[in-house]
Amino acid sequence: MTPGPWHRMDVLARQLTPSVFTLALVILNVVPLHIPGFSNIAPLLPLMAVYHWAVFRPRLLPAYAVFMIGLLQDILTGAPIGVNALVFLVVHGAVLSQKRFFIGKSFFILWLGFALIAAVAAAINWLAVSILSATLVEPQTVFFQYLMTLGFFPAVAWFFLRWQRAFLRLV
Amino acid sequence: MALVPRSVYRLAQPIRSLAQRFAYISMVAAAVGLMILGKVDVLLMDSIRAQVTDTVAPILDALSRPADSVAKAIEQVRQLSALSQENTLLRESQARLLQWQSAALRLEAENKNLRDLLNYVPGPEPSFITARVIADTGGAFAHSLILNAGVRDGAAKGQAAMTGDGLVGRVASAGSRSVRILLITDLNSRIPVLVGTKRTRAILAGNNSDRPRLIHLLSGEAVSAGDRIVTSGHGGAFPFGLPVGVVASVSDGGIGVEPYVERNRLEYVRLLDFGLGGILGAPEPKAGAAVKARAAPPRKP
Repeated sequence: MTPGPWHRMDVLARQLTPSVFTLALVILNVVPLHIPGFSNIAPLLPLMAVYHWAVFRPRLLPAYAVFMIGLLQDILTGAPIGVNALVFLVVHGAVLSQKRFFIGKSFFILWLGFALIAAVAAAINWLAVSILSATLVEPQTVFFQYLMTLGFFPAVAWFFLRWQRAFLRLV
Repeated sequence: MALVPRSVYRLAQPIRSLAQRFAYISMVAAAVGLMILGKVDVLLMDSIRAQVTDTVAPILDALSRPADSVAKAIEQVRQLSALSQENTLLRESQARLLQWQSAALRLEAENKNLRDLLNYVPGPEPSFITARVIADTGGAFAHSLILNAGVRDGAAKGQAAMTGDGLVGRVASAGSRSVRILLITDLNSRIPVLVGTKRTRAILAGNNSDRPRLIHLLSGEAVSAGDRIVTSGHGGAFPFGLPVGVVASVSDGGIGVEPYVERNRLEYVRLLDFGLGGILGAPEPKAGAAVKARAAPPRKP
């Protein structure tokens, strides 16, 4: 039996969700929350999405989508254009090269992997911005932002895990 | 279920992975190339940024409204709990301010008399537009805001962004319905300022922390904590005398400044237009009109 048009549209819509979620996190990340001191160390939400989908559904968030989302992140946050595109691509590539390691691992290992990769991402980001602006960015703020990103990871990953179990089981 | 596709995948793998690797490497190269291009052609990057921000602005506008309401509700609850304490503080400050008011009235009268004596010509009155903050771009690497007003509302690159408290930053790029404000705390922000009553010249340099620093002070000039900082108007970027902040700490590591504006409280921001042409160009929405305005004499004789 060949699948009907509705079925195909349904599959396509489901396949688009990882990209749409990642895009939505880029936009949500810059909504002003008016919490004192928060905006300096706001967690990097899109980084979590890039990591998560590279581990579980790399086909649904391919490298070119990661690149485009990184560019949007740069444009919206006012970072030098290209920095986050590079960082997200490195995260994507690093996870794919270690794909075997992540298969069937517990959530804690997943978190640990994110801690390592997010540290590398923060280091690249720090280095790139420091070189481009020809001054040293304060590493302290970068470190706190890294900690916030680690802290928020379980919440985002939990949502994505639930989502992929419910809607992306066969995709 | 996964067995069949995997075997097919293995057969086609060499070609496919080669193509994928090539695409990946070329995208990494493109990202690095864009960074370098951004350093070389700042104007091109600014216009791309403005266009993309314009596209996303309606979504940000819609999203920031509920966030604002929630923040307001939380603020109200917080104020309720501190009501009586705040009341005492306000009474004290009112008593102090009344003394200042009488002093200000006396000085105003004196100032007016002196101006009349000197036939003083006042500077241009600024016109301004008020816009809502629709994005506060977080992170350790850039400090900027996005507002929901653009060139069609009269905003232009280079305008000063203020609140009632003080200077917020300047318009870094302007799209047709959104602008990006570079905050004074951003790494790339450099503002010529005057410090204290002695009017010591200095540059206020952002460093991506909440406390920007004063640099390029003349050696031997004394600056102490509590000194008030205003824009100097040098370089034509800002008009003279906009309040910026106070000196918070003086140490060997540098002079830290506490801005008057609290970033997390920013909800509405004013964009001031002083008609400062200079290096920034006329802030006219239409290109033809701008050329005409420049060709015409600035004031009636």
